[in-house]
Amino acid sequence: MAITISPQPGNRPAARSTLWKAIVQHRWIYVLALPGVLYFLLFKYAPMWGLLIAFKDYNPYSGFWGSDWIGFKHFAELFASSTFYTMLRNTFAINILGIVFMFPAPIVLALMLNEVRHEVFKRVNQSIVYLPHFLSWVVVASMSFFLLSTDVGIVNKIVSGDGFEPIPFLSEPKYFWAILTAQSMWKEAGWGTIIFLAAMAGVDPQRYEAAVVDGASRWRQIWHITLPAIRPTIIILLILRLGHMTDVGFEQVILMTNPLVTSVSEVFDTYVYNIGILRGQISVGVTVGMFKGVVGLVLVLLSNSIVKKMGHEGIY
Amino acid sequence: MSFVAAKRPTPFDYVNYALLGLISAVSVFPFIYVFAVSFTDPKAYVPLEFYLFPKKWSLAAYRYILSTNSFLNALQSTVFVTIVGTALSVIVSFTFAYALTKKTLPGRKALLGGVVFTLVFNAGILPNYLLIKELGLLNSLWSLIWSGLASAWSLIVIKSFLESLPPELEDAGRIDGCSDIGVFWRIVIPLSMPAVAAFTLFFAVAYWNTYFNALIYLSDASKWTLQVLVKSLVIDSDSNGVGVEGTASDDAVLPQETIRMASIVLAMVPILLVYPFLQKHFAKGVMLGSVKG
Repeated sequence: MAITISPQPGNRPAARSTLWKAIVQHRWIYVLALPGVLYFLLFKYAPMWGLLIAFKDYNPYSGFWGSDWIGFKHFAELFASSTFYTMLRNTFAINILGIVFMFPAPIVLALMLNEVRHEVFKRVNQSIVYLPHFLSWVVVASMSFFLLSTDVGIVNKIVSGDGFEPIPFLSEPKYFWAILTAQSMWKEAGWGTIIFLAAMAGVDPQRYEAAVVDGASRWRQIWHITLPAIRPTIIILLILRLGHMTDVGFEQVILMTNPLVTSVSEVFDTYVYNIGILRGQISVGVTVGMFKGVVGLVLVLLSNSIVKKMGHEGIY
Repeated sequence: MSFVAAKRPTPFDYVNYALLGLISAVSVFPFIYVFAVSFTDPKAYVPLEFYLFPKKWSLAAYRYILSTNSFLNALQSTVFVTIVGTALSVIVSFTFAYALTKKTLPGRKALLGGVVFTLVFNAGILPNYLLIKELGLLNSLWSLIWSGLASAWSLIVIKSFLESLPPELEDAGRIDGCSDIGVFWRIVIPLSMPAVAAFTLFFAVAYWNTYFNALIYLSDASKWTLQVLVKSLVIDSDSNGVGVEGTASDDAVLPQETIRMASIVLAMVPILLVYPFLQKHFAKGVMLGSVKG
């Protein structure tokens, strides 16, 4: 532990008494830390023991200790099942749509806002597009329902027109991924501009003036001055985003799914919920959850170390 | 920006303004539509009519929904979870984050490492569920309070805020004879009021909006929070009946759409009320969090 605070590492009794003195000196700091430490131990670390259930044939009646160890049987069954590949496909499809459409959206929006010279117009626009970020997914899904459903959806009525059959947006699998992507963009694209706008605010205005003197158009100013200024931010965020390829917004999917679209909506977290909590197959659910957690951990650490290798400061 | 060309709007500006106006309209349309229908007189309401404002104003939908026991119960549960949860979150997060700023604290590295690890790995849905079950908290509102109490992300942001305070003031407090707890309570906290305010809002919004934990931990409908109730009213209920057992007498005349939309509005009203503060504090928070983890 904190042996380093000793001036002479070789001198054990002295090191121990210095350490003890430091601990006593900080006793009230430990008192302040105590509730937080206990909270993390009980609610963040204690559940990690539960992951061992993935290697057991868990039975709620015999409990954790009474259930038999079965090794990697659940993992073998998982990788052999077709559900696993459906979940994998859905997770990647939703993430790839997210990266292609959702990732560039805040960048484009930030570039547009950055070109606005009318301060009030800019501030009003920012206030409007930031707002959906703070709404719950229940509210967003409920609004979507009133826009898209076949019986009460107003957008459905507008696009299908009078006398036409309503489009089953919410119950037709082919629309599901697109609706998730559109919802995420509506909710988060505005909020995502903040970090890019901050990077753009750091550009020296004289560079734009010089470019104008040289006869550069607005497009050229954006291309040669603004975009290079935010390029490091874009690259870092993109790599970190790739580290979250296994994550899909659980609340969003569970709210938007229904029995008609499970073939495209089932992702790891929804499966864990369905099989573990609704159907009580705890061991299978924990196995799926653990698979997702471990792959997610590897991807996040990998993306973070790439960012660090490029000479930027990582997140962790 | 480019001041030389700033004098006269160019076609570029007009197109840009028009597109931004369109994006804002798309952002704000669902709000306006839901508000307009929720305030429409149920007798004047025509399904699937396009509304930007109610043709005939009425509070009937709100009066109805605020008279149902299920709504009032859910509101009470949500307010309880939000207030108690926020208070505990602020206390636990600021005390722990303050301890983590002490560079000479033996064991600090281990504590910090333990916090940061939870940022990249968590046990997942089922192990957390089993813990809540073992603690006997299923169908208790405390399950929501505990499961959202503190996160690595907020601790790290609070810690970096506390580290930016001038250390001389703490030293001055110590010379005046304050203990570490005295310094924390009389000097650090008063200096951190902007961060305390920002995180109070942050935790409150998170508790208010919680859906997933409520879905898995509260199966008993009498314990439901507002988000769960709104979901069941709007998305689960078919067009034949609103799923609330009402006490109002004239529910037969009320079209459900106005009631359902009123429930959405009520679920987001507190957020809209604090939004000006959220926007101000949070834009800063995003930057603070992104500067250094």
